[in-house]
Amino acid sequence: MSIDFHFAWQTLLDGWPLFAYGIAMTLAFAFVGTACGLVLGLIIGAIHSMEIDPLDSTFKKILKKCGHVFTSLYVWIFRGTPMMVQAVFLYYLLKPILNWDGLTAGMIIISINTGAYMAEIIRSGIQAIDPGQSEGAKALGMTNAQTLFSIIFPQAIKNSFPSIGNQLIVNIKDSCMLNAIAVTELYFQATSIAGSTMKYTEIYMLVAIMYLILTSLATAILHFIEKKITHTNQVSVMDNCA
Amino acid sequence: MEHVIEIQHLKKSYGNLDVLHDVNLSIDEGQVMTIIGSSGSGKSTLLRCINLLEIPTGGTIAYRGKKILDGNMNINSYRSKVGMVFQSFNLFANKTVLENCMIAQIKVLKRNKEEARQIALKHLSAVGMEKFAQASVTTLSGGQKQRVAIARSLCMDPDVLLFDEPTSALDPEMVGDVLEVMNSLAKEGLTMVVVTHEMQFAKEVSDVVCFMDKGYVCEIGTSDQIFNHPKEERTKQFLSRYMNDAS
Repeated sequence: MSIDFHFAWQTLLDGWPLFAYGIAMTLAFAFVGTACGLVLGLIIGAIHSMEIDPLDSTFKKILKKCGHVFTSLYVWIFRGTPMMVQAVFLYYLLKPILNWDGLTAGMIIISINTGAYMAEIIRSGIQAIDPGQSEGAKALGMTNAQTLFSIIFPQAIKNSFPSIGNQLIVNIKDSCMLNAIAVTELYFQATSIAGSTMKYTEIYMLVAIMYLILTSLATAILHFIEKKITHTNQVSVMDNCA
Repeated sequence: MEHVIEIQHLKKSYGNLDVLHDVNLSIDEGQVMTIIGSSGSGKSTLLRCINLLEIPTGGTIAYRGKKILDGNMNINSYRSKVGMVFQSFNLFANKTVLENCMIAQIKVLKRNKEEARQIALKHLSAVGMEKFAQASVTTLSGGQKQRVAIARSLCMDPDVLLFDEPTSALDPEMVGDVLEVMNSLAKEGLTMVVVTHEMQFAKEVSDVVCFMDKGYVCEIGTSDQIFNHPKEERTKQFLSRYMNDAS
């Protein structure tokens, strides 16, 4: 076992624009995937939390039932299969219809995949909220949608912030699976450089270090935000005591 | 005279368990009705049925002559007229005291922010909580939370206010503050239905006392009739046990 550190360094100096482009793409996939995934997760969470009320009209009952079935299927399928398989399957399946490129397909697929995880994260975030609050809102005449958006979601997102942040870290790494549909993110760049130089150990060591730096930075930023959220809470407690 | 709320043959069951068998009641304008009875007698379920937090299995509920269970009535606008104060307060944890009192005014009654603010502050000061307007509700004591919850309901200008054991989750020394607020609301002529275990309070403020037992209204009458001259054996038993427990 030997690693040619000199070669690795030289490759980094010569090939940095390729790596930089790869990193930019990886981050773009991670952020877009996490943000769109969160929105999807909230929508799924909202549909999932709709209770079937005995006073609803038959049409409304059927609509809600279909919503429940749809959201369960969605989470079941996209959490239960590897993203790489989803990417290749959906990309080629829909290419004749949508005529999309790898970049668009990749963005959409990572969002849909993340959405399935976010739906579960939001669901448990909602479960952690005392159901009395929804009841309080109901008793004031607020609609389900008003209650969700003003009362439930803000608290669910806050409760789930660590898990949502974790999903960003996961996406930084897992976006590498999108190389299967020829998206030029960091892993794809590494594969091409390694292929042309035949120096696999050195190139993948470089890439591993780059991923580690990206995830460490993201972790640090998330910790900072998390601290800030809890800190504002503590301040408001102090204010009230005074 | 038209009743504010009229309940006829109300039934509620969960599976095979019948909680309310056949409840008939009417509540008139400005009346204070207390519902007493032992745990499991269906008091809270009855109250929750009135607000449609539980959907009755049978019978009718009419609000100012309009039947509310046949689907022709907008449930949300009905609920904004029939307020509810809960045992566990049910305040919004992500909002300040003032925001708790404003949000439904803005979302449901479509009042503008400034108007909602003024109304909220008016009711908060009536319950002695205006100093805490900017506080987060998670920092309040139980008695303070309940007073905020009452103010929040009052902001909706309710036609009737329902109280579901409003003092049962409170420390003994907090109970007085909340009962005092309720007492003054009763004096102002607010129509109230109160499920309570505070017999002294029930005796003092009630126009009508309703004693429930095993899902039926066992006896109903004025405060004097029920507390001083109960007719039914179950009522006598319940009250004597209660008075013994209290002493």
